[in-house]
Amino acid sequence: MITLAGVSKLYGGRRVVDRLDLALTDGSFNVIVGPSGCGKSTTLRMMNALIPADEGRITVNGRDVRDGDPAILRRGIGYVIQAGGLFPHWSVFDNIATVPRLLGWPKARVAERVAALLAMVGLQADGLARRRPSELSGGQQQRVGVARALAADPPILLMDEPFGALDPVTRHGLQDELKAIHKATGKTIVLVTHDIEEALKLGERIIMLEEGRIAQDGTPAAIVHRPANARVRDFIGGEEAILKLLAGATVAQVMRPVASEAAGASIAPGATLSAALAHMVASGHRTLDVSEADGRRIGRIGFEDLDPGRPA
Amino acid sequence: MTLRALRPVLLMAALLAGLLVLLPRSALLFHALFPSLDRPLYTRASFLDLTLAHIRLVLGATGAAALVGVSAGIFVTREAGRRLLPLLSATAAIGQTFPPVAVLALTVPVLGYGSGATLVALFVYALLPIIANTVTGLEGVERSTLEAADGMGFTPLRRLLQIELPLAAPVILAGIRTSAIINVGTATVGSTVGALSLGSPIIEGLSGSNTAYVVQGAILVATLALLIDRLFALGSDGTPA
Ligand SMILES: Nc1ncnc2c1ncn2[C@@H]1O[C@H](COP(=O)(O)OP(=O)(O)OP(=O)(O)O)[C@@H](O)[C@H]1O
Ligand SMILES: [Mg+2]
Repeated sequence: MITLAGVSKLYGGRRVVDRLDLALTDGSFNVIVGPSGCGKSTTLRMMNALIPADEGRITVNGRDVRDGDPAILRRGIGYVIQAGGLFPHWSVFDNIATVPRLLGWPKARVAERVAALLAMVGLQADGLARRRPSELSGGQQQRVGVARALAADPPILLMDEPFGALDPVTRHGLQDELKAIHKATGKTIVLVTHDIEEALKLGERIIMLEEGRIAQDGTPAAIVHRPANARVRDFIGGEEAILKLLAGATVAQVMRPVASEAAGASIAPGATLSAALAHMVASGHRTLDVSEADGRRIGRIGFEDLDPGRPA
Repeated sequence: MTLRALRPVLLMAALLAGLLVLLPRSALLFHALFPSLDRPLYTRASFLDLTLAHIRLVLGATGAAALVGVSAGIFVTREAGRRLLPLLSATAAIGQTFPPVAVLALTVPVLGYGSGATLVALFVYALLPIIANTVTGLEGVERSTLEAADGMGFTPLRRLLQIELPLAAPVILAGIRTSAIINVGTATVGSTVGALSLGSPIIEGLSGSNTAYVVQGAILVATLALLIDRLFALGSDGTPA
């Protein structure tokens, strides 16, 4: 549990974070989103005490982050820095091994863990582990940054635009990977992005910031269907944001039990809802069979099932 | 480290050793070069002793300056010492603008004639490049790197030892290298106040119009400077951190 109570940060007399109240529950996937300069990074940095709050109180698991040794607090919180921040004089291996070594893990365990993480972020290719960050592409560097944050398996992950410099294919792959990690491990994740599509896809809860204040706080569906004001509506891209919402869910999540007669067109359970919508438009059917690769029908999905978040 | 990288160092070391063996046996050569001089070969002390004394002065002063200078540079880049940074920079800069002879003139009355006064003068002289480069090197470490180190949970000491100093090391080493090279030359002035060094034949040659002495001292000083420079070059390029 991470709580912020009346938290402000002042720079030059200006409240760049303005009396923020937040309670992030254990195991939740939270996305802080908003335009550049709205205070996203500042908010994240206050959570692991990298910068002190000027007003209010922040607790992590009930403890004020100002109490105790900040180094100890931070070893239990994975952190992906916006600028990358890899150690330029260390190899990829050493970068990823940072926190396990700070925690004093035995050598063999460190090596085993680093190998597993390299595979997880798709950097297991021969020799990559021995390279310096300067010898990696921007996308590879970001993946090392994510692996480094995950290394000691911290219960909390703070991620500041972790996928910013990636091509769409790699970005989507890593987003899926992160979603799977979240599902499997139940980590509490706070991810910062200014990409609303990423926010809608990943977040269980989306916190929209505007000049250091919360403009809206809710589920992706609530934000898309009931934007709090015109600026939020503009930021998410108006009605078309619904398509982004559909891209974040799969057919399997909303399908109904299989019907006796075939619908005439079919789709895979793992397909996204936006793919299902596209297929409905393309095939002219308002209802699709959900079929496994071997053709076995396991359910059906209708046009009216596409958006479970739509208010009645 | 490969033999290839060591070659320039070995070359200069061999040259210096060769000179130390050949110079005492080169009376005939210098008689031929300087026919007007009665005694064209410096013999008051052996060239080996002069060279060793010279090396001791340079190493002692530069080593002490490196220890003090790097520590001071670290201190003024920490939270607690940051206020002192302008003061330290100014003091070191003023120290540097003093001509070496003037520094000696100030240290001799306190420490008396000999190598003690020379050591102190060389130390003062070596301090500025080392402090300046230590500060530059430490301040040059990327902010994002420091933020990452803090965010991962480094303690301040570990961050200094594992992240900041290794990243600043090339710049710091360059400062120590500059100081050491300057000191090889400046140490000769120590002989004006009675310190034994390669400056002894030079000073005596200058005051007694014996150009041969000056040449013998200067050759050794130059070779020693090159050897030390090559040694530092070894430490600054191509070695893993
Ligand atoms: N150290 C600092 N000193 C002064 N102002 C700062 C400092 N750090 C941030 N700011 C200001 O605080 C505001 C919020 O910054 P922050 O980095 O939190 O924005 P952000 O939402 O993360 O933006 P971006 O999407 O561009 O990363 C900005 O106006 C920024 O200029
Ligand atoms: Mg930011």
